[in-house]
Amino acid sequence: MFEELTRRLNSALRDLRGRGKLSEKIVDEALRDVRRAMLEADVNYQVAKDFIRRVREKAIGQEVLKSVRPAQVVVKIVHDELVQLLGGEASTLDLSSSGSTVIMLVGLQGSGKTTVAGKLALHLRSRGKKTLLVAADVYRPAAGDQLSLLGEQIQVPVYVASGKKPVEICAKAKERARREGIDAVLLDTAGRWHIDKEMMQELVDIRRKVAPDEILLVADAMTGQEAVNLAKEFDALLDLSGVVLTKMDGDARGGAALSLRAVTGKPIKYVGMGEKLDALEPFYPDRMASRILGMGDVVTLVEKAKATMDLSEQRKLEEKLRQKTFSLDDFLSQLHQLKKMGPLDGLLDLVPGFEASGIVVDEKALVRVEAMINSMTAQERENPKIIEGNRKRRIAAGSGRTVQEVNQLLRQFAMIQKMVSGMGERGWEKNLLSMRSKRRKGRVYR
Amino acid sequence: MAILNRLKERLSRTRTELIGSLARVVRGHGCLDAELLEQMEEILIRGDVGVETTAKLLEGLKEKSRAAGQLKPGQILAILRQQIEEILGDERSKESSLPLSSTPHVILVAGVNGTGKTTSIAKLAKIYLDRGRTVLLASCDTFRAAANEQLEIWARRLGVGMVKNQPGADPAAVAFDALRAAQARGIDVLIIDTAGRLHTKSTLMEELKKIKRVIGKQIQNGPHETLLVLDATVGQNAISQARLFHEALGLSGILLAKLDGTAKGGIVIAIKDRLNIPVSYIGIGENLDDLERFDVGKFVGALFSDS
Repeated sequence: MFEELTRRLNSALRDLRGRGKLSEKIVDEALRDVRRAMLEADVNYQVAKDFIRRVREKAIGQEVLKSVRPAQVVVKIVHDELVQLLGGEASTLDLSSSGSTVIMLVGLQGSGKTTVAGKLALHLRSRGKKTLLVAADVYRPAAGDQLSLLGEQIQVPVYVASGKKPVEICAKAKERARREGIDAVLLDTAGRWHIDKEMMQELVDIRRKVAPDEILLVADAMTGQEAVNLAKEFDALLDLSGVVLTKMDGDARGGAALSLRAVTGKPIKYVGMGEKLDALEPFYPDRMASRILGMGDVVTLVEKAKATMDLSEQRKLEEKLRQKTFSLDDFLSQLHQLKKMGPLDGLLDLVPGFEASGIVVDEKALVRVEAMINSMTAQERENPKIIEGNRKRRIAAGSGRTVQEVNQLLRQFAMIQKMVSGMGERGWEKNLLSMRSKRRKGRVYR
Repeated sequence: MAILNRLKERLSRTRTELIGSLARVVRGHGCLDAELLEQMEEILIRGDVGVETTAKLLEGLKEKSRAAGQLKPGQILAILRQQIEEILGDERSKESSLPLSSTPHVILVAGVNGTGKTTSIAKLAKIYLDRGRTVLLASCDTFRAAANEQLEIWARRLGVGMVKNQPGADPAAVAFDALRAAQARGIDVLIIDTAGRLHTKSTLMEELKKIKRVIGKQIQNGPHETLLVLDATVGQNAISQARLFHEALGLSGILLAKLDGTAKGGIVIAIKDRLNIPVSYIGIGENLDDLERFDVGKFVGALFSDS
């Protein structure tokens, strides 16, 4: 997502890295490129200007230019300033208040409030919080239906009261939450223009009536220079507690992230990384800064792996790799572990350089592979060589695939076996990469 | 001239913040020097005109001033206006006639999540209905929760038919059914709503291509229009969206939604300058009538009306 900004910043800073000594002029040239890169990434004009001024002040200081590796020092200054700009410490929801925590989601139309409501509800539910979703959008057609369906999917109750005013709906929902001992209430308000006085007043009224513990601005990561205006307006009227940035899995250059934080001073708490309901991540300013500067976010990747992968399983697997006894069963167990880590696309984005590689990953292909392996006997999984014509037909019939697809799987597996047998030591990241599937062929039209 | 006044009013934020600010600094400064150029750069970039297009506009000004000597403020603004008109090209709306190339005339509508596809489709349908055409809607967003219901409510309000299928169904199959239905019923215009998708998700873009293929097999030269709905509050990412959707689908035009709420109408200029895809419609309000054919003359006129 930040790759374009990353590329531009890198090329600006690469010129610096190659030099032993720096002059003011060279630093200024590099910073001019950095500024341009930021503006092209939709960073607010003023924010970019201030940023460059701060970096310059620090970088032009005598000690820096005289230091042994001045370029590295300048890069570090840019990195540190980015972290500052992105908000320093990570910040998430405050659920400490006794009774029901009320979280209100606000934003423009189409920023992704309802989807974020669903994602946050799932996030809270999976942390053991009793959660209630509240449909406070009475304007957009079928907004309530959308929230109800999301609630159904993640088994979180949804409060819908048609024919009532949003203020009343929110107040009633809060009452119900208190009665039923619910930990977290998520208010999904209607999208609105920050310049629409009447509609903004409605939010002020809701805030006054239910006194939410958190008011989160949901904003599209692709927002342009208007980001600053809208953040200011919402913050001035509602005193936001934080921001959720959505659609970060696209190629947004991330300027909005930098601007929103800089003008409101409010932390970015979460980022939406995909259409699936588990695609919500906490926001870590330092990691994001590293990511913008092209250092990859290996920390997040390793943490995800740690959280989901069974370590003893991993050790067994590595042992097998060393002894070259990697079977289809092991392959299947790896598939399962991978799936637990969340949407594959998002995961691979964390691998430095992966996005640029242009490799396309198809999750449905993994489901098909799983079905085929599940249709094999234990003996076949251990020793795929014994799978001949009759067995192939049986596996194909059992998994609802074709013999050609079984053949393809066996071929691919043979390749993987060959690859992994040469890399036992290198661990799971490489295994993960070896499983990427090829660009899918056009689906059969039914 | 009620329509022109409405456009002027709805574009008032862009007018005052982009063109109005430019006029102010140019008049206040008097001559074209480095300081004025920097101030103009700031205003243009803040207006989402983009770094590259901004540089181009300012370069053009400098060139003219080298050739013609010191420019007066009025001349600077006139040159700027002329350059913007040149970039925007000669799109003129054909207010009264929206020619239908076949029956049904099939319009495929695509875009990123949350840009306003479904609402824009309702407005587009209204434009055709107002011209006495019959319209059928196809709900090919089989992914997002309650997408069917949302379009269905619009169809009911407009009094037009709608073809849908179960959530999770193949969207191309829904498009096929809808086209068959439109043909059988002798409908004039079929508008196909698709699920929002990020332009970078190649599998989802493949799905769109398939919808287009299926339509093309069923009706000659179909779809007759392929519109990308862009959110006007999006910044330079709009370029990336338009480029990738164009690569996948071959767009016939852009529908720029939500232009009324943003002060950043400069994105229209950036899009047209960077990609040669016409802006066909602009969304300038929340009512059903608030979608207009894009007309360069009227647009530029509304922007520069006070300066």
